[in-house]
Amino acid sequence: MTGYSLRLSLFVALGAALGSMARYGVSWTGLHLAGTGFPWDTLAVNVAGSWLIGLYAVISAPGGCRPADPVFRHFMLAGVCGGFTTFSVFSLESLWLVQTGDPGRAALYVAVSLVLWIAGVWLGSRMGRRLNAAAAQG
Amino acid sequence: MAPEHSDGQGGWEVNANAPSGVRLIVLEQTSELRFGDRRASLLDSFASAADNGAMIAWWEGLLLVGAGGALGGLARFWLSQWIDNRTGGGRFPWGTLAVNASGALLIGLALGWASGPAWTSWLWLLLVVGVLGSFTTVSSFSLQVVGVAEQDGLRPALVYVLLTLGGGLALVAIGHALGRLAGGAA
Repeated sequence: MTGYSLRLSLFVALGAALGSMARYGVSWTGLHLAGTGFPWDTLAVNVAGSWLIGLYAVISAPGGCRPADPVFRHFMLAGVCGGFTTFSVFSLESLWLVQTGDPGRAALYVAVSLVLWIAGVWLGSRMGRRLNAAAAQG
Repeated sequence: MAPEHSDGQGGWEVNANAPSGVRLIVLEQTSELRFGDRRASLLDSFASAADNGAMIAWWEGLLLVGAGGALGGLARFWLSQWIDNRTGGGRFPWGTLAVNASGALLIGLALGWASGPAWTSWLWLLLVVGVLGSFTTVSSFSLQVVGVAEQDGLRPALVYVLLTLGGGLALVAIGHALGRLAGGAA
């Protein structure tokens, strides 16, 4: 392994650890606030993480208003955003809603999730482009 | 068979190890049966995932999830890159699709297996909330849906969405069934 890919891996791992711990914090808080009836916690991290990756991918790209070196970009995108969001827990919760006798809620969870994930990334990259444009003008 | 729902000392619920994993701990502390009978069908597979009595402090949970999350994120990064390099450089996001699909299968397996006596809360936090939670990703998926739609049009983006959601939901159910067969429920 070259020094560069070792550094890349270390930063991805570090970012994923931080992202996962933040997800755990959101889950913990959400469960205390909203209870266990609907997986608001996972929905929230996945939408917020989608928004963040949309925003950061745009502003940190070469030519963006906050250009970052590849290692730090991987730290944020593959690490923090990747570790913060989760598809496996989402799948498990959908299955769990079906199995607890609530397929309607499961369908709602899947549909609302998908729409809000995409809306989040769309909104994030739109905001990023505006920031880039504002920085280019100013 | 679902074992007893209470340990008889303080009367907290230990059985409802609902999937986010954190729920297990929360339910241990709140002593509320929130789902009543609707949850009963799952109690079989969740039952002994809770190690009676062993409470985990919030910072212990945080460290377990962080350590697992680092490993899971690293595995996702390597595997998805390896797959992308072999499938046209990631123009269609096969790498992310592969980690999300396999992660769904594994988390289903873990849930099915959770009926085995070896599963404890700390193991659930480390391996499920940490490793598997971080191994899969929604942020990259969302970014790629928009990216594929802009680059290659709506149809491949729709294919990607359907493969991910359909594959993920089918695989988590298959994993759960297999896990129950292999684990303590058999």
